Amino acid sequence: MTDAAYNFAYLDEATKRMIRRALLKGLAIPGYQVPFASREMPMPYGWGTGGVQVTAACLTPGDTLKVIDQGADDTTNAVSIRKFFERTAGVATTERTAGASVIQTRHRIPEKPLTEGQILVYQVPIPEPLRFLEPRESETRRMHALEEYGLMHVKLYEDVARHGAIATSYAYPVRVEGRYVMDPSPIPKFDNPKLSGMAAIQLFGAGREQRVYALPPYSRVVSLDFEDHPFEPTKADHDCDLCGASASYLDEVITDDAGGRMFVCSDTDYCAGRRAAGQRGRLAPEGEA
Amino acid sequence: MYVATKGGERAIDAAHQWLAEERRGSPSVPELSIAQIREQMTLAVNRVMAEGSLYDPDLAALAIKQARGDLIEAIFLIRAYRTTLPRFGASAPVETGGMAITRRISATFKDAPGGQVLGPTFDYTHRLLDFKLMAEGAAQEAARKPADPEPAPHILSLLDRDGLMEPLAATDDTPRDLTREPLELPADRPLRLQALARGDEGFLLSLAYSTQRGYGRTHAFVGELRIGTCAVEMEIPELGFAVEIGEIELTECETVNQFTGSKTEPPQFTRGYGLVMGQSERKAISMSLVDRALRWEELGEENTGAPAQDTEFVLYHADNIQATGFLEHIKLPHYVDFQSELELIRKLRREAAGVQMREAAE
Amino acid sequence: MTAFDRTLTASADAPLLSVQDLTKRYGRRIGCERVSFDLWPGEVLGIVGESGSGKSTLLGCLAGHLAADEGQILYRGHDILAMSEPERRLLSRTEWAFVHQNPRDGLRMGVSAGGNVGERLMAIGARNYGAIRNAASDWLTKVEIDPGRIDDRPRAFSGGMQQRLQIARNLVTAPRLVFMDEPTGGLDVSVQARLLDLLRGLVRDMGLSVVIVTHDLAVARLLADRLMVMKDGRVIETGLTDQVLDDPQAAYTQLLVSSVLQV
Repeated sequence: MTDAAYNFAYLDEATKRMIRRALLKGLAIPGYQVPFASREMPMPYGWGTGGVQVTAACLTPGDTLKVIDQGADDTTNAVSIRKFFERTAGVATTERTAGASVIQTRHRIPEKPLTEGQILVYQVPIPEPLRFLEPRESETRRMHALEEYGLMHVKLYEDVARHGAIATSYAYPVRVEGRYVMDPSPIPKFDNPKLSGMAAIQLFGAGREQRVYALPPYSRVVSLDFEDHPFEPTKADHDCDLCGASASYLDEVITDDAGGRMFVCSDTDYCAGRRAAGQRGRLAPEGEA
Repeated sequence: MYVATKGGERAIDAAHQWLAEERRGSPSVPELSIAQIREQMTLAVNRVMAEGSLYDPDLAALAIKQARGDLIEAIFLIRAYRTTLPRFGASAPVETGGMAITRRISATFKDAPGGQVLGPTFDYTHRLLDFKLMAEGAAQEAARKPADPEPAPHILSLLDRDGLMEPLAATDDTPRDLTREPLELPADRPLRLQALARGDEGFLLSLAYSTQRGYGRTHAFVGELRIGTCAVEMEIPELGFAVEIGEIELTECETVNQFTGSKTEPPQFTRGYGLVMGQSERKAISMSLVDRALRWEELGEENTGAPAQDTEFVLYHADNIQATGFLEHIKLPHYVDFQSELELIRKLRREAAGVQMREAAE
Repeated sequence: MTAFDRTLTASADAPLLSVQDLTKRYGRRIGCERVSFDLWPGEVLGIVGESGSGKSTLLGCLAGHLAADEGQILYRGHDILAMSEPERRLLSRTEWAFVHQNPRDGLRMGVSAGGNVGERLMAIGARNYGAIRNAASDWLTKVEIDPGRIDDRPRAFSGGMQQRLQIARNLVTAPRLVFMDEPTGGLDVSVQARLLDLLRGLVRDMGLSVVIVTHDLAVARLLADRLMVMKDGRVIETGLTDQVLDDPQAAYTQLLVSSVLQV
């Protein structure tokens, strides 16, 4: 049921064109934050307005959209954004990673490798990787322009000095094609390796901060580290209790007030797919599969 | 047994229904009409119009009703609606000098051409709860001075004529439009004023207050505060001249601020400016103080590091829709990032415990 | 760094820094006017004068913190004022260093001593934590700070320690040219003496060229090979330090010297 009062995918064509121009610029300069005239969207800033605008600018009537939040299709904000596009664009939607041509995500990269022709749109709260070291936008833009990234490593140095390890576990900064330092959005660092060499186009939208940036397919993306304290993608040291997966990112679920907990795939489609194929974890319900 | 939470969609629908029920309140009480809100909650309507950047009292009243009186939510509704509206063009600048005045006061001159008009103000009410309002009753007709035929020029323009005010260069440049371009620094004064005009009243009030208490002090006097209606005119290309398309209520505040002069310029007063839709005088005065504080650089003043002098700080934090969205987004699920923090802290604690055990063993 | 390759050692018969007619105005007021001098490798040049004499403005222009209005600055033959900002910034974090009067302006107060010293190394590409930490530890020792305090923040340090930390942070990349703005200002006399001693040793051992601004002629006498006396934005006397201090020519210098002798 498309809302006829609104243009396809809510935004007017001139706005979409403006966003596409910014995205093309972003693809031409991987990792560079392109300012764009973010619109006021009918959802709060910080709730995916950047991702929604990027998705709106990319969608065509023939697209199939998947929306995930924390890896899951059924979290409330994912449901809300999917409904928004069902209503304003009337596009097909899916929960299957492989079946989607555009995937909007918050905080995760799907476990199943993406393919050429797919677009992954990230919702970004704070696009500036240097922001918590230097609060001034005018100064951080200069630091990027001049490739002055010493401060970024000072942060990592301080982590190792204090904790014996780099204490950044999500929104772990990366360097793109040896040039721009980029915030990959608050994905867990477990997902960082998937950023590099990905076949799909990766687009990042920050609505409140009025920035988009992008990674063209097969970009080289390196997580910052020290030679003697190398980057480590980590996850909970368990298998999924529902599907038995050993290499997927896990959510921890507290099951009682006596310390009981279980670990389940954060990527619900991946988990469901494995269970449908007969894989079972420690606590998979009887009779399933 | 754990089952992945499903039914987010049903929960959302149910929440919306419940919200509608709560908005209505007890059905035994008559429902508010939009006209009632528009006519009796005027200052709320004005604030929603000003910070929503859309002059439409009916829509603002509707937004207030829909938002259950949460004005920031109402402003949000108006902004989201405004962004979808087609843009036909821009009006000619409004001539506030020709305002049909309902209130006009000056703190710097006892009298001036056009006179002082106290107007409908809370200023000298005694702030005693008026229990008569608990019963419905009609207000008495106020005594009004007959409309003053004398024009009321801007009071600061009188000082201007004596060369006591800093001169302002007139320009025909089209200012940048915050709603169509990303905010990029440095921001010139028109852009700053634009951001302040739709900025949060509470934020500007506190910033302005901080300048009065010494954080970027500028010694402001209210040269003139005027409230009234102004004609909005638009140039119609086919006609070749401007026609009046309506009128809007505005509050304008001009402050006179001290300036010591420099070696190249004789001493003269400087100014701060505030212009807000509707009757919003607290906001207009706050805006003019903050505007003045932000001008330290062009006026060759010292940057004392006061928050109100910091353009980037003020402009990036004045918008309550941006602020509330980002603030409230921390309600959204963050399982994934929290999980990665959990793992990291467990790992670091394991390692720290390992070190202690090794040390104890030695 | 190719533009300033260290293999192209500055020849001893060419100045490291050559300044011609440098002028900076603030509106109608003169900051400094038509200042010219050469600084040779390994030389320490002191700029002395009262506050307001233009010495800090001059230093700011030399270091690129202020934009000069006229004149030329050649560093190893490169025209500094014609350089792009990236080139100039690269220079300031490799071959140049700047020691501020107030250590707070030159340190990151929220970052550990080790991080403060390591920053310049990381800024030019050092990526081995252990090596960065060792270098930081060595430098703390060199500036007489207990390396056991490597993880403490400068806030916990005394004023003298903060200043020594600032010096370590600046010298860790072995710059050729160091600008110093009243490096001993604001310190107690006994702390000053220790710092001056340390500075003198480092300058000699590392063969640094230094431009040091000070109003304190005792500091100038201890550190500087040559002096430039400034008044109202202009250089009114130059010469070897002993010569200027023992046999001042300009009336103003005579006043300046006699006032210090009374202290």
